[in-house]
Formats: sequence, C-alpha cells, structure tokens
Amino acid sequence: MRVGVGLPNGIPGTEATALLEWARRAERGPFTSVGVVDRIAYDCHEPMAALSAAAAVTERVSLVTMVVIGPLRNTAVLAKEAAFIDALSGGRLVLGLSVGAREADYEAAGVAPRERGRTLDRQLAELRDRWEEGPGSRPARDGGPVLLVGGTSDRAFGRMARYADGYVHGGGPPRAFARAAERARTAWADAGRPGRPPLWGQSYFALGDDALDAGRAYMRDYYAFTGPFAERIAEGLLTTPQQVAAQLRGYAEAGCDELVLLPAVSDPEQVDRLADVVSGL
Amino acid sequence: MKPIRVVVLGGGPAGLYASLLLKRVSPKADVTVLERNPAGATYGWGVVFSDRTLTEFREADQPTYEAITDRFVLWDAIDIHYRDELIRSGGHVFAGIARVALLGILARRAEELGVELRFETEVEDVAGLDADLVVGADGVNSLVRGAHEDVFRPRLTSGRSRYVWYGTDRVLDSFTFIFRENDHGLFQVHAYPFDGTRSTWVVECDEETWRRAGLDAAGEEESIAYCEKLFADDLRGHSLFSNRSQWINFVTVRSRTWRHGNVVLLGDAAHTAHFSIGSGTKLAMEDAISLARGFERHGDDLPAALADYELERKPVVERFQEAADESRSWFERTRRYVHLEPMRFAFYLFTRSGRIDYDNLRLRDPAYVDRVDRWFAGRDVAPPPIHTPLRLRDLVLRNRVAARPGGEEDGGNGFPGPSLEDGVSRAADGGAALVLTGPVAVSAEGRITPASPGLYRAEHPAAWRDIVERAHASGAAVAVPLGHAGRRGSTRPRGHGIDRPLPRDNWPLVGPSALPYTERSQPPRKMERRDMDAVVRDFAEAAGRALDAGVDLLLVHMAHGYLLASFLSPLTNLRLDRYGGRLLENRMRFPLEVFEAVRAAWPDTRPLGAVVQASDWAPGGLELDDAVAVARALAERGCDLVMPLAGQAVPGDRPRFGRAYLAPAADRLRNEAGVPTLCGGAIATTGLANTLVAGARADLCVLDPD
Repeated sequence: MRVGVGLPNGIPGTEATALLEWARRAERGPFTSVGVVDRIAYDCHEPMAALSAAAAVTERVSLVTMVVIGPLRNTAVLAKEAAFIDALSGGRLVLGLSVGAREADYEAAGVAPRERGRTLDRQLAELRDRWEEGPGSRPARDGGPVLLVGGTSDRAFGRMARYADGYVHGGGPPRAFARAAERARTAWADAGRPGRPPLWGQSYFALGDDALDAGRAYMRDYYAFTGPFAERIAEGLLTTPQQVAAQLRGYAEAGCDELVLLPAVSDPEQVDRLADVVSGL
Repeated sequence: MKPIRVVVLGGGPAGLYASLLLKRVSPKADVTVLERNPAGATYGWGVVFSDRTLTEFREADQPTYEAITDRFVLWDAIDIHYRDELIRSGGHVFAGIARVALLGILARRAEELGVELRFETEVEDVAGLDADLVVGADGVNSLVRGAHEDVFRPRLTSGRSRYVWYGTDRVLDSFTFIFRENDHGLFQVHAYPFDGTRSTWVVECDEETWRRAGLDAAGEEESIAYCEKLFADDLRGHSLFSNRSQWINFVTVRSRTWRHGNVVLLGDAAHTAHFSIGSGTKLAMEDAISLARGFERHGDDLPAALADYELERKPVVERFQEAADESRSWFERTRRYVHLEPMRFAFYLFTRSGRIDYDNLRLRDPAYVDRVDRWFAGRDVAPPPIHTPLRLRDLVLRNRVAARPGGEEDGGNGFPGPSLEDGVSRAADGGAALVLTGPVAVSAEGRITPASPGLYRAEHPAAWRDIVERAHASGAAVAVPLGHAGRRGSTRPRGHGIDRPLPRDNWPLVGPSALPYTERSQPPRKMERRDMDAVVRDFAEAAGRALDAGVDLLLVHMAHGYLLASFLSPLTNLRLDRYGGRLLENRMRFPLEVFEAVRAAWPDTRPLGAVVQASDWAPGGLELDDAVAVARALAERGCDLVMPLAGQAVPGDRPRFGRAYLAPAADRLRNEAGVPTLCGGAIATTGLANTLVAGARADLCVLDPD
C-alpha cells in the first residue's frame, strides 16, 4: 500500500505559504502523494489552487483531492483547472469528487443541494469530454487526470463504477473501509469494468503530545456538523506511531491501494514526524 | 445542584429496567414510573433472551441478573417439525422466563433502589410532564412518540401474516417450529418454554389461510379449539390458553430519531423487530442498559447522554431489524418452500435472516452440519455442499463455484484478447467448475466496444477453441453468455468508464424504440421485423460457432439493458406492436424467440441458460415478479439455468450492492420458476456460498473473494 500525506489547507489559521513547505517536505519523505480537502463555508484554502502551487514545488508525488465537492463548481471551470494542474505536473493529478456531506457548503456557494447526485453524474461525463476535446490546457495523459469518486451510498458506488477510475473513501476505522471496498469492487464488476478499482483511503493524524489537544479540537470543529458523532471522529485521530502503524496495516489488509494521512495540525514538523513513522515500518 | 427528576412512562420490562438502572447510576435522581395498568397485569406469556444478553444483564445489575437466572429455563436446541420429520440443531443457547415473573423481579428491584412505581396512572398530557428527563417506554402505540411525531417521524409497516400469541401447558425443551398443512392452508408455530410448566405457542398463517379457516370470524374460544385440533399431535393432549389473545398483523416500528430535547424513546416505542428472531423485550432491556451507560459516562449532561445512547443503540437495532425483516418475510412466504425436502427446508429456515450462515452453524453444531453435507451429497463421506458436483443435461460440473475472470479489454474484431485467455485459464486452474466470460457478441453491430469478444465470424471459433481446451485441460467447463449490445453498443473500451460513445468509427445501433441510452449516446434505430429476423439468425449462428469452439454451457443474455433486456423493460420498450407495450407477455416475445432459436441450434445434450434481468432498480422498471414470469417462460422452452442480474437498464438507477444482493432473486427464480440458478453479486466467502447452495437459493455461485 502506498502512503500519502495531506496538506493543511483545511486547517483554520494556516498561512498560505505553509502549504508550500508541507509539499516540499512531503516530496522528500516516503510519501507517494499530497492531498487536499475542500470546504466552502469554512476557513479553508482553495484546494485546486493549493494543488497548483504544490505542483510547482514538487516533481514526484501525486496531487490528490480528497475530495472536491463537484456540484459546487462550474464544470467547465473545474475541467480547465484540473487540465492545467495535470499539464503543469506532468500527469500527477488525481481528482477525487463527491457530493460532500455538509449543507452549509451548498448554502455558502449558492447551489441548491437537491439535485447534487445527478449534477455530479453529469459533471463526471462532461469532464472527460472537455479534457479530450478542450478548449484549454491539454492534460498530460490520454483520458485526462485520474478521476476518483467518493461516498458510501449505493448510488455513489454505482456512479464510481460508471464514470470514474477508482474509489476514494471518507475515513474511519479499517473495517468501515473494508465494507466500502467490498461494495466498490462489487459495483465495478457489476458494471463490467476490467480489473479491480483502485481504492484510496484517508485518515487524520497529529503526532506528538504537543499536537494532541489542538488536533482533537480541530477534528471536533471540522466535523461539528455531524453532531455527537464529532467526538467519536476525534477519538479516531491517529496520535501515536503505534496507531499509525495499526491503521496502515488495517487499511492494507482491507485492500487499500493508497492511504492519505491528512493533518489535524498545521506545523510542518508533522510531515517529518510522520515520515519517520512511515519509513520505519 | 438539585437532583434530576426522571419520569418513565410505561411499566413494562423496558421502563422498569431503565428506571432501576438510572437510579443505580444516579442514586440522588428522583425516578418515577407511571403505568396505566394495575401491578402484575401482563399480556403475553414468556420472553426469550440469548446468552449474550444475559451477560449484559450481569454487567448492568448483578441482583436482577441473579433473580432472572434463578427463575429462567435454559435450552440450546432448535427443533423443526416439518412433513412429520424432526430436524434438530443444537448450540443455540437461549433462556426463557415468564413475562409476569420478569416484571415482578424488575419491580421489586426498582422499589428496593428507591424508584417510585405508580400503577393505574393514566397520563393525558405527555408534553406537560414536569421532569428533566421523560423516558417513553410505553410500547408500540407510544403516547410519548405520538406527542412529538414530527420529530420522531415513526414509520409503521404491517406484516402480511396473521398471528396469535397463546400459552400451553405442553412443556418443551427447545425452540420449536412446527409446520402443519390442512385444507385451509399452511400454519406454522413458533414455540418455546418459559418456565418449568408452560410454553409460549405462537400460531401464524397467511391472510388467505386465516380467512379460509374462518378465523377472521371466530371468537377467542373457537380459535383455540381450531388450533388445538390442528396441532393435536404436537400438543400431545395439552391445552392452549388465551390471554386476551387476538389474531393480529405484526407491526414493525422504525423511528427517524429516538430523542428530542429531554424526551427519549426506549424499546417498542422506538422500534420493533419480528418475534421470529427473538423477543422485543431483549432489545428493550438492552436499550435500558445503554441509556444508563450514557448517563454514567456523561453525568448530568443530558443531551450528551441521550446522544450517546442513540449513537450506540440505533445502528445495532437497525441491523437487528433488517435481519428480523428477512425472517418475517421468510415466514410470510413459507408456502413457496414447501416443495423442498425437509433437510433443505430446515437448513434454509436456520439461515433465513442472514445472521447465521453455514460456518456459524458448523461452530454451533458440527454434527448437524455433517448431516446436511451427507444429505446434500447423498453419500456417507461428504464434502461441504459447494464441493458436490452438479449435472446439467450431459454436463457434469465438478463443484458449485463459477469464476468470472475480469481482465483488460484487449481483443479486437471480435477475437478474444490475451487477457481473456489468461483469465479463463487462471480461473480454471484455480479450481472453479465453471468459467463464465463476459457478454460475447453475436454480430459486429452487437458488440459493446471495439474490444468486445464475439462469435460472429467464421474465424472466431478457432480462437475460442484454444481457450476452451485449456480450461477443459484443467477440469473446468466454459460458459459463454451470447449477447447483443443493442442501444449500449458502439462505446469505448471500459478503462475510463462505461457507455461512452466512440469518438469515431461508430456503427449503427438498434433497439426496441429509438431512445438513446444516455444524453450522449447515439440514438438507436427502432427495429423492424426484418431486423429482428436478422438478430434471431445471428444468435442461432453464434450458437453454432460456440459449439464449434467447444463451449459447454451457453447463456442468452437478457439483462443490464442490452438488446434483449431493453425489450423486456417497460422503461425502454415503448413499442405499440406485439413486441412491446404494457404487457410483459408482449415485451418478452422477441427475447423468447431468440431463446427458442438458440435452443434449436444448440444440442439437446448441452445445457442452455439465460442471464435474466431481476430488477431494473428504477421506478416503473422491470421487477422481480416480471423476472419470475420470464424465467417460467424460459423453463417451458428448455432453459436449464438462470443467472439473475439487476440494474443498468437506464443510467442513474438506484442500485443495491449489499452482500449477496442477488440471492433473493436467485431464490425466487429457483423456487417459483423451478429453474436451477447461478448466483453472483458480492458472495465473498465459501460460508455464504455453502449457505446459498444448501439453502436452495442457488445451485451455483460466483465467488468473489476479497
């Protein structure tokens, strides 16, 4: 299983320039990707712009959105942004898309959430056409950036199998990932897609005693919309090397191809701590 | 701080247990139980707990646990009486206790801890109750739930069967299911002991049987007399007793949430689960434990405690309700299974809810599962069911496992590509009895993509023959579904998605109506009679080539929105002639013609099957009832095997990818249309495959290991 690391673009108060430092350190580490998250109604740096910047300071790592909320964006604009990042990075963009989970983001973007599933269906079909036909930057690869779809409803799995190149999971313990993985493989086979779907996972980390409280507080705040569930999510934060090791093992056993560890605190020192843990395994 | 005031509505097991556990956690709290009935009044007879629930009782409150275990009866067998045979499986530990004894224990313990119990107290105004916490433990018709219906949003669904809750002085030593048929229909009994002298005796039957028996018009005593006569052999001279027992339909309650402000629902007020899988009392008392635990964790933080309770219990109860629904629905359709032999019938009964499979049963009672194996294989030294051979006409498959290789698409001009060749040999080497390819085109126009394999050119059989012979050398047979893509044709290879039209070199499409598959798809031409003739001919000729290639089992593909499926579905067949319209009979005319032509071209010694659309997963689309009708028509035309698939009739459907999601379809096609079934769809373990094969749901399984 490959391991990636998130950039702190979704952590309030993070300086824009800190993302560059994170990306540089990630590139030097044992990581195969850098990931970003997407919120509109939250103190969050824009993920496509952030990956564009990360592309400029890295040469090796994949640039992955975990995930961009598709229906909040104009498809023509999103297609152009993605094509540009792919061209700029030499074909390193992995575009994860889903309908998102928070109504507040739809309100903030002025988009009605009602038809979001169908909107995402249409976007997925249209993105491919635009990448092939233009106008705009020509993606580095035939077929354009790698497209992932997230979500845990049966419709999301169906959408993934119909339009995407793989599946991206929204986080949780390995057994939750394993359940989703089984459905993703089932939907893939049912659609007659060749081979197996690449499966991407994500987990949050904050290593070291000094990071623990801030990390948990961030998790509670970021997931406040889930109500009482936020506390459970905060408890799942990986705070020790042992927890990281157990999570990596659990995800690998569940069939995860690439696990992106997203930060819960924005100190760039976190990348090096995580690098030490991951290299030592 | 002033002690919190808790009012519990309902003095059943849920309310009493919750009151005493809350009082235990917060001794200073002022806890009152309000019950409409007098102390000691109870309806129903005994209740059942599993050994796991008992363990939870011990952890929650030792004295009640001891009092319950002093009084309960324990057993570990399930007996099934069916067609005068008794089939018994052990290792299922249950405890039963009289409901009235349980209530007495709980009431005494509650009073001992200082809970105030007020019986014969009617509450008029639930919303006006003065309390910090209101616990709605007031049963299936909960007033508390009713007072905030907009928040709890309960959904009540009624079961189709009628049932009545009797007691008997016939002493049982197991959980007992009895099936009896008379002129009126099929009746079933769910019975279990609850104290040393009596047992619970629930009688259930379908609505029609109930009416034919005149039980809709019968009084309490007439009903008892009827049942005593029907079950005279089983009661062995003992009597049935009524406790204001009425024939009713089981109501399943589901609520969107179980809490609202300072109000929380518990037990039947929040949820019910069909009695055939265990008692509601068990769920209710587990709720009480969880609620008290929430308070233990959060002290006086009421919202946090209630949130914790709901977070912990709701998913558990919902899973239990799903299994209970499976079980309820099994007992509602028992009539469909009475053709099964007793061993098979009983095995399906044990595994009906999905909570117990072949492997679990082996852990609980290895000797019973050995008997199942021996019966299934018809020999003394017997492997598990999926390792027994299956005969279809002259084809003998070495076991019950089919493999579906899913390699890259690297064919061209209808020739199978190297990865298909690889996949087939690897699956055959891996031990599967049958290797099942993807759809194989009957004509160049019938291909899905330019890479689709086909059997439409004179040179094709030779290319296939190598593949088939390699599989045969490894002991596997090869199954090929012949198909025509219809309006889903002329698309790109499926590396980056499906149903993406080719950018150039498209070929013309045909369909029952001129409806494109997606907004981007090329519209098909509506088929005329001569087009149909051509397709029938293509299928028959492809069957001849399949024979040349040495294919063992041929299937006609009628699913997933391809040509024949698009004739079957009312969503995609808008024709007004005799091949379309509202009647399935018309819509299946052309697919059946094709099947007949293939049957005629395919030797009688070789089996011919069909891939059948079990459901379109879309409103207004084809449903399982239609699929059963199609399978019946196919069976009459010499069909030896059906494989259900679902969805893809139209894009944007509503799929269901749960574990073994096609098994209910395979079950109905097999047991109603009487055709052997090949079942795929998220069957990841041999335990599940053995369950489906031994339980008469499938004859062959596609195993998809993780």
